Amino acid sequence: MAESLILIEHDREQVKRPALHAITLARQLGGEYALLVLGHGLDGIAASLVSYGASAVVVADDPALAEPLADRYATVIAEAARGCGAKTILGTSSTFSKDVLPRAAALLDAPMVTDVVDIEEMDGSISYRRPINAGSMFAMVKMEGDCRVLTVRATAFEPPAADAAPCPIKRFHLDAASLPNGIQFISREERTSDRPDLTEARVVVSGGRPLKDKETFERLVGGLADALGGAIGATRAAVDAGMAPNDYQIGQTGKIEWYIAIGISGAIQHLAGIKDSRIIVAINKDPDAPIFQMATYALVGDLYQIVPQLIESIRQA
Amino acid sequence: MKILVPFKSVPDPNDATSAGAAVSAPKSVINPFDEIAIEEALRIRERGEATEIAGVTIGAPAVDEQIRAALAMGIDRAIRIDDSRALDPYAVARILRAAVAKETPHVVIMGKQAVDDDSNQVGQMLAGLLSWPQATFVSKIEFLDTKTRARCTRETDAGLEVVEVNLPAIITTDLRLNEPRYVSLPGLIKARRKPIEVLTCDQLGVTVRPLTTVLSVARPAKRAAGTRVESVEELVTKLKQEAKVL
Repeated sequence: MAESLILIEHDREQVKRPALHAITLARQLGGEYALLVLGHGLDGIAASLVSYGASAVVVADDPALAEPLADRYATVIAEAARGCGAKTILGTSSTFSKDVLPRAAALLDAPMVTDVVDIEEMDGSISYRRPINAGSMFAMVKMEGDCRVLTVRATAFEPPAADAAPCPIKRFHLDAASLPNGIQFISREERTSDRPDLTEARVVVSGGRPLKDKETFERLVGGLADALGGAIGATRAAVDAGMAPNDYQIGQTGKIEWYIAIGISGAIQHLAGIKDSRIIVAINKDPDAPIFQMATYALVGDLYQIVPQLIESIRQA
Repeated sequence: MKILVPFKSVPDPNDATSAGAAVSAPKSVINPFDEIAIEEALRIRERGEATEIAGVTIGAPAVDEQIRAALAMGIDRAIRIDDSRALDPYAVARILRAAVAKETPHVVIMGKQAVDDDSNQVGQMLAGLLSWPQATFVSKIEFLDTKTRARCTRETDAGLEVVEVNLPAIITTDLRLNEPRYVSLPGLIKARRKPIEVLTCDQLGVTVRPLTTVLSVARPAKRAAGTRVESVEELVTKLKQEAKVL
């Protein structure tokens, strides 16, 4: 039995590091917790999870789960949750968990709270803090019922230590033939970049519309990201102008430790997406740009002069 | 083919004075992601692939204004489920399940999330309750095989993913699916003659009680502005010595 069951996302080769931060919330909630991983060919991934203090790593490994199809995944998650008697099912906020966990919640007849950033205990019951209105407000939410589903914002919780004695790996037995079959995976656009993923990078360099075109964006934003070993981000305007692919858009990921904004004035949704970053560096020629109101370090000036200089000094450092 | 589009009234996210605050009478609009769902349904009908678009929303009579806007965009008719309680996503999903059972659409298209609550749950929960396939965060929809399947491009953290779903299915929309049209004057005039059916949860045979309650809402602590640096040199020094990130 485990009080909590934590869905661990991976990219078929390794665990996505932000996925582990949900363990920290499970520890705060108290009680035993198990980790759940779904996919195919998971031996290495399962082995990498045994030292996080869980009661078990539950592995649903089957060719039918090779792709994260919501109907199948939600069915297995709900069954696994029932199987271990979990009262709380957790995952880290990402498009993966937002796709499968609400569906699993419905199968469990359980309410769900998205994007938990903090918990508070009052009179023996727990309430959950979460951002609403694109992060411009926070709501405290109370949940009823025997079972609940939560997703957490990775940046709001520390990564857990992996220093516990190894726990058992338990195979989840599933009848692949009985799984739903309504969604077929067709293809995934493979990323060719060697740069780290936006959701996993320690530093993100991000550009806005003043970068003009794809080539300039790549030279300045890409150049600085490479000098720092960081990921690339972009504003909605830069994405819409075709300077950067869709999945580079800084939205409400809120998982960035160090953020460098180049030529970004700071639309409200953008600011909400980055405001939890520990360090924000903003480079903009407009001294009144809203982003300067939350930047740790603000540099007013021409990005075409500043960014190449910055790349040069970082390379030399 | 019949399309059902659930939509929600939200405080106008572009109205800075009403953004999330309990300001008196903030202007309401159709949730922008749902507006994209309505637009997509209209385009599907315009391509000759759908014959009927019904809208459904939940709320007090005040939301009739957003219903009129949806009718003026071009949906054929609308249902308002008369319930003014503060519902949570799971309650909404259960009410919508009853609406789907009544309407038996071939596809439900709805926004991936409401911009006031940002929960991003209802479409997936509805799909789970109905045991229907789902495609979430969709930026492209094509119907295949005499409309028994839909091929959907999904926007995920890892990039674009293409899936095919058997119909009936739930599709939730992402920002880049389309740009919603503006309401035209003839559209507004036509909308006045289009029917709005008002139903209660009782009439739909559904009893729900929200299981999550919002206890309080507050603005976050403001992030303090930091230091203005004068040169790249000074910036690099600060990043090394103060922030210790270099």
